[in-house]
Amino acid sequence: MADAKVIPFDDDRSRGSAAQRPPRRRSAGSRRKGEPAAVREVQPLPARTIQQDDVPVTREEPAADSDAVEKPRDDGWERRLAGGLSFLRRRLTGDYEVDDFGYDQELTEQVLMSLVRPLYEKYFRVEVKGVENIPAEGGALIVANHSGTLPLDGLMMQVAVHDNHPANRHLRLLAADLVFMLPVVNELARKAGHTLACAEDAERLLQRGELVGVMPEGFKGIGKPFGERYKLQRFGRGGFVSTALRQGTPIIPCSIVGAEEIYPMIGNAKTLARLLGFPYFPITPTFPWLGPLGAVPLPTKWTIQFGEPIPTDGYPPEAAEDPMLMFNLTDQVREQIQHTLYKLLVQRRSVFF
Amino acid sequence: MLQAVITAQHRPANVTVTGNTAEYGQVSSTAGRKALILGKVVLVTGVARHLGGRFVRRILRDPEVDRVVAVDAVAPEHHLGGAEFVRADIRQPTIARLLAEHSVDTVVHMDVTGTPLGSGSRTSVKETNVIGTMQLLGACQKSPTVKRLVVKSSTNVYGSAPRDPAVFTETTPPKSLPSGGFAKDTVEVEGYVRGFARRRPDVAVCVLRFANILGPGADTPLAAYFSLPVLPTVLGYDPRLQFVHEDDVIDVLRIASHEPERGTLNSGTFNIAGDGVLLLSQCARRLGRPTVPLLMPTITWVGSALRTVGMTDFSPEQLRLLTHGRVVATNQMRETLGYRPKFSTAEAFADFARSRGPGLLPPEALAGAVDRIAALPALGGGHPPTQSAD
Repeated sequence: MADAKVIPFDDDRSRGSAAQRPPRRRSAGSRRKGEPAAVREVQPLPARTIQQDDVPVTREEPAADSDAVEKPRDDGWERRLAGGLSFLRRRLTGDYEVDDFGYDQELTEQVLMSLVRPLYEKYFRVEVKGVENIPAEGGALIVANHSGTLPLDGLMMQVAVHDNHPANRHLRLLAADLVFMLPVVNELARKAGHTLACAEDAERLLQRGELVGVMPEGFKGIGKPFGERYKLQRFGRGGFVSTALRQGTPIIPCSIVGAEEIYPMIGNAKTLARLLGFPYFPITPTFPWLGPLGAVPLPTKWTIQFGEPIPTDGYPPEAAEDPMLMFNLTDQVREQIQHTLYKLLVQRRSVFF
Repeated sequence: MLQAVITAQHRPANVTVTGNTAEYGQVSSTAGRKALILGKVVLVTGVARHLGGRFVRRILRDPEVDRVVAVDAVAPEHHLGGAEFVRADIRQPTIARLLAEHSVDTVVHMDVTGTPLGSGSRTSVKETNVIGTMQLLGACQKSPTVKRLVVKSSTNVYGSAPRDPAVFTETTPPKSLPSGGFAKDTVEVEGYVRGFARRRPDVAVCVLRFANILGPGADTPLAAYFSLPVLPTVLGYDPRLQFVHEDDVIDVLRIASHEPERGTLNSGTFNIAGDGVLLLSQCARRLGRPTVPLLMPTITWVGSALRTVGMTDFSPEQLRLLTHGRVVATNQMRETLGYRPKFSTAEAFADFARSRGPGLLPPEALAGAVDRIAALPALGGGHPPTQSAD
């Protein structure tokens, strides 16, 4: 019952308005004990990693929930095994689908997400707010701040949207070209549904009604020194606004608090970075001094807040060519994210709790 | 003169014209007139190849086509179904004479290829691709009869780079132009074709950019790659690939070489590919061939070793394709050209896989092994899982 230890730890924290945190995966055992207080807090979400589609996504009565977990205890194991074997069978024979961007939904849901989820749930204890601002269907562009030296914030945002949204929507992230140049990383990124941050790909995804995530600060945001934390950098050239305008999809500002402190970057070895072809080479209090151990992020407490959508469908078609409007909208999105960041920072009790 | 026309009609269909100019002159004056009366004369280049031969045989059966003049520098091993084969090198100016003598009105240029036919060097392939296209276009420009030009190009023109958008449309400019090899040839060929289209606006020009062509009889470099018992791959990359089936290639070439149907337009540049995408790892699993991921530098050595043995040719552009992959948008093909491919990427690949025989790790055997594990009584099985049915 290792899980039982975690529950009081969770209860310590003031949960405030949003009890949005997903249930701990693979924790059916602890829930069987029938602690109504703990069960009521967590929102029933697709809990089994193998069979996700059959679980109701709306809030259920706690009693019904614990019953539901109790009953399939025995053949749940068997079914999970059968599901796992059929998954293995499909993977081995190549009998699965990927989309034009190389997104492998099955692999993402059943393997990649499960790998990131412990980090999301246990390590960074991500709290998600305002998930109702993400539409249930149709294209939307989520614009977030970028920080943390390594783009963990993007991955956390992807898990946050998938696990908290009632329709389990998948976030398609737009990533820098460096991601697609690195071996292994590019392969995983494509399979997880990420694609190159360019107007063509973004528009194609929005056109198909996908939820697209973009971090317009780019390397300026993720590689900024620790002293400038939570200060939004320039939002590129505002290309994301014209893309959203062309497709008439809403822009959802998203503020991520907690990612800035995972690797406090106190220096930047520019020569080394140039040598390796990276945009920056971080020096943190632990990296590179402690070697690989220094690459372990600090266990900060994260909050991801999705803001009110900014509609873009009221504009005439030529609006996407209007630089003034584009700058105004870009500023509006940027201000809203910055404002929410400050608000969340004020509410935050500590970096780690 | 009228008599001459009538006699021409009774001429045996498959006259092989060799190169005698005197004979040429006689035939051409009659044949040209006949063409004006009866129907189209199609000149096809690159017929010694499998695909060229198939296209010639197929288009001969079309009612609106009167005659097909099949051209290649080497005699084909397959039959051409009654088309007139002319052994001519398109790098030579004779091609202009051929156009005039047969009063050709449709030219289908299929002699843009990546691999030499039989024993040939890369230099001769490049010459045929580039110089041959220049000569052919020059001849077309002089010819008053040519009304339609179809060029078989390739999606290679887009190159493959990590900085490219995930899906190429016909107007996407490539981020890094192919630096050499077949890909560069196609870029140059398309450049000349654009120049020709500017100079002869009265000629309908159709450039078809085919994705990797696969099929039971395909002899492309990628087909040779997939025939290797063990597939070398680039470590850390899983490229997205798109295929088009031979049958679809033939059909699209036919659509492009006839008058456009109502509501469609068949001049311009079109990407031709089957629906959907397969990853290289998926292809290998469906083929049942194990992969050996190799580091980038090692690949070049393995490539040259394989080349020495003569098994396959890892050209730089193929290596790039197998590293970064390439996917094209086919909306134009559907909406403007009005063609829906009969084979999706996966179906084209399945058809190809069937023709190649089982690999070392046949997918059926792997599936059977998993099913046997699932049926183990210790795992609460005994009854196979329902998923095994699909």
